[in-house]
Amino acid sequence: MPHIDIPSGLPGITGLLESRLDTSEPIRELTQFILRGPSSLTEGERELIASIVCDGNECQFCTRAHTTTAARYVGSMDLVRSIIDNPLASPLHPRISRLLVIAAAVRASPRGVSQELIDDARRVGATDVEIHDTVLIAALFCMYNRYVDGLASVCPDDDTYFETLADRLSTQGYVRKGLVNATH
Amino acid sequence: MAFVPVDASIPGIRSLFEFRPETGAPLRRLAHALLHGESPLTKGERELIAAFISHGNQCTFCTMSHAAAARHHYGSEADVVDAVVYRGDHSVVSSKLQALLVIAEKVRRGGRIVTDEDVAAARAEGAVDRDIHDAVLISAAFCMFNRYVDGLQALTPRDPDAYIEMGKRMAEVGYDGGR
Repeated sequence: MPHIDIPSGLPGITGLLESRLDTSEPIRELTQFILRGPSSLTEGERELIASIVCDGNECQFCTRAHTTTAARYVGSMDLVRSIIDNPLASPLHPRISRLLVIAAAVRASPRGVSQELIDDARRVGATDVEIHDTVLIAALFCMYNRYVDGLASVCPDDDTYFETLADRLSTQGYVRKGLVNATH
Repeated sequence: MAFVPVDASIPGIRSLFEFRPETGAPLRRLAHALLHGESPLTKGERELIAAFISHGNQCTFCTMSHAAAARHHYGSEADVVDAVVYRGDHSVVSSKLQALLVIAEKVRRGGRIVTDEDVAAARAEGAVDRDIHDAVLISAAFCMFNRYVDGLQALTPRDPDAYIEMGKRMAEVGYDGGR
């Protein structure tokens, strides 16, 4: 049971974001831009960055939401799992593998990124903005994971919930659901 | 030197806001809503939680700047800030805030370790849902801000005097450019 009353009764982050709109509005805008806005990183690559952080933080709701969404872009949940378990052994371009290593370092420790990790990423073509965005996505999910678990929000058991959520996140992004529907 | 080419004349997180304005704008608005928006916690208490969490994360820029803002809010009782943040003496703040600091610290270390008992202890001291929500989200948000600043090695002034004016502006104007 959540530590506070969630008026909407919605699970995971969705109920929390509905419970305080003045903070959720900038959080949603930031998330929509950094995960779905114009970028040289693909949406799938950015969902993998989110996934490796949520998985490392053992946040069940966020991990299931973002790995299921990442799988829509990269092909399968097995591939997502193998990439986040060992990014350097993945079949992806070394640029994203090295960025995933940076994301994991940001998660593990607030001061975990070394010059060496940055140099390794640059050597295989990572740009300044890609490095910036990787660090910010990793930091953002360190917030989300703590928000969701710190208030013990509910995590649904069934895969169907997360498949439906991934449908929405991969086609409509992170804008507020009511607003998306209002435009249709 | 920062890991990305920021304006070296701007200290800390503001250089990152300028580097990437598309993300800087919502990050500023989030900080403003959290630390200046409506809350049962005073602005001083919220800045104190921010400085306390930043200190736990060893983020010098965020610790010194938010401690300076908290001191400005606390005014003649500014030593409360140094007691909590730097000396680990929580007895100088209310029982409610002490219980919220326990929750905030657990959120910093990992959200899953917050227990029902921690929350019940805060409620017993008068905390309501919104106090608990705000303590958790401020802690979580500073786990983001701290990682953003130090993960990109934004410029961190070492001179404590450099933070006094900064803290005053943060306390009086806030984070959204005074809109």
